Amino acid sequence: MLLVGNPTTLAMNVTGPTLALIARLLSGASTRWIDCQPEAGQRVYFSNHTSHLDALVIWSSLPRELRLVTRPVAAKDYWTGGAVRRFVSKSFNALLIDRKKIKVHRSPIDLMIREIGDTYSLIVFPEGSRNTTNEIKPFKSGLYYLGKKRPDLELVPVYVENLNRVLPRGEFLPVPLLSCIKFGPPIWLEHKEPKDQFCKRAREAVLRLKDL
Amino acid sequence: MYDGLASAIGRLPFLADSGGVRTLDPRTIILLSVVLGLLAVAFVVGQLLKRQPDTVVNPAMVKTFNHRVRAWWLMSAILIAAFLVPGTWATVTFFGLIGFWALREFITLTPTRLGDHRALFWVFFLITPLQFVLVGRGYEYYGLYSVLIPMFVVLFIPARIALAGDFKRFLERTAKIQAGLLICVYSLSFAPALLHLTEWKNWHGSTAGLLFYFIVIAQMSDVLQYVWDKMLGRRVIAPTINASKTWEGLFGGGASTALLGSALYWVTPFNPWQSASMSLIVAGMGFAGTMTMSAIKRDRGVSDYGSLVEGHAGVLDRIDSICFAAPVFYQLTRLLFTNLQM
Repeated sequence: MLLVGNPTTLAMNVTGPTLALIARLLSGASTRWIDCQPEAGQRVYFSNHTSHLDALVIWSSLPRELRLVTRPVAAKDYWTGGAVRRFVSKSFNALLIDRKKIKVHRSPIDLMIREIGDTYSLIVFPEGSRNTTNEIKPFKSGLYYLGKKRPDLELVPVYVENLNRVLPRGEFLPVPLLSCIKFGPPIWLEHKEPKDQFCKRAREAVLRLKDL
Repeated sequence: MYDGLASAIGRLPFLADSGGVRTLDPRTIILLSVVLGLLAVAFVVGQLLKRQPDTVVNPAMVKTFNHRVRAWWLMSAILIAAFLVPGTWATVTFFGLIGFWALREFITLTPTRLGDHRALFWVFFLITPLQFVLVGRGYEYYGLYSVLIPMFVVLFIPARIALAGDFKRFLERTAKIQAGLLICVYSLSFAPALLHLTEWKNWHGSTAGLLFYFIVIAQMSDVLQYVWDKMLGRRVIAPTINASKTWEGLFGGGASTALLGSALYWVTPFNPWQSASMSLIVAGMGFAGTMTMSAIKRDRGVSDYGSLVEGHAGVLDRIDSICFAAPVFYQLTRLLFTNLQM
């Protein structure tokens, strides 16, 4: 099927599920779907960003059949630093984006759209980088452009709770506390909706999940 | 009364002595069977109650009852499986995992700061396992595992946090981690430590039976206090802490627990009177544990540790009374019923 002939088949079939299990055990993550179902169909999961574990744990909390077609967008400089990270990023089929050399004619958005084709979903972090406080930073415009160029994508807000305490910024040893991943009802880019207004609305969709 | 049955069970092949600690004896097996039988009855009753119309029974209460019964099934099944493994490591490991999970819930609930991260790492991955490994090694290590956390770790935690350079609410943060460790890990570890008590004054029973007796008494004292609270509770003890705990529940529940204890004396080194007194103490300590945990939960604005993160069972809610009763039960048993030195 889809994965035959792919050099990362082994990583995705064996190490992927294993990593997902370890990530879930370590982060004690429970998953809640609030007015949203884990369904097939192309989606962009967008979430607050507090820890390097975010992408891995959100990806792990999806059902297996969705995991196979969902790719977290991650920073190339971090995830290619060292053999272990490279291996992990391959196992969860990360889409690595170069944060340092963003060229006008090869924008990350175009790369994402080309990579997902009509199969894959994405996990993105519109805050840009991990925040250190409990506030959610203003969203960058990438999500807006994704929605504009591919209006068919469902944009699913995700709130990640407590993972910043499991593996905070600048730490490499995790503390196994309990965390929670909340998926909320999808949003879409409205017709002629201004960029700033959409970014604000998307941020509020994530923020709303915090207290549910 | 038990002798005929006991000698028949005693001939079963897996009941051999293993390494000085006799894991199961006939009386223990009788107790385990009785508990499993009662749980089966409770399960059937729960299922029947579930089918009753809402006007006859309170559906929330039925749900709580069924959840409890399911948790007890799980606990008993795992404990019995662990008892059947030769040696004590399986049982000690089971308690270790419970302690680890309870500590996880405790620390998740109490806010910590980035500066506590490294200290917490050692607490979870070194100190918690080490405590249970020492307990599992046997009574020879009593001198170490009885002081490891309250002496050395209690000093290590503030020092490690100080090194991280964050002084904000320093004592408060330190105390939270210390309290979590003392309640969830240190105190709990004295339950499986019962398995290794030796040199009994005048008893040849199984320490596995004694441990199971302790768990049954602690859990049943919770239930009996709850029943008394619901049926006859009038005077609430501390409404701001726990609105359902009443004096009637405490005394009525304590007395019924003592009665239950005296009925189960045959599995312990105690005579019926002693067993009743021990059960009364366990009930009192269990009450203290529930109140303490309630105070912490009120402070954090949650009703139980299970609702903290959706989908988790709330281990700490189930074992708070065991945590508080275990060290007292252990020490009283050791001092009064064995020849072990002070």
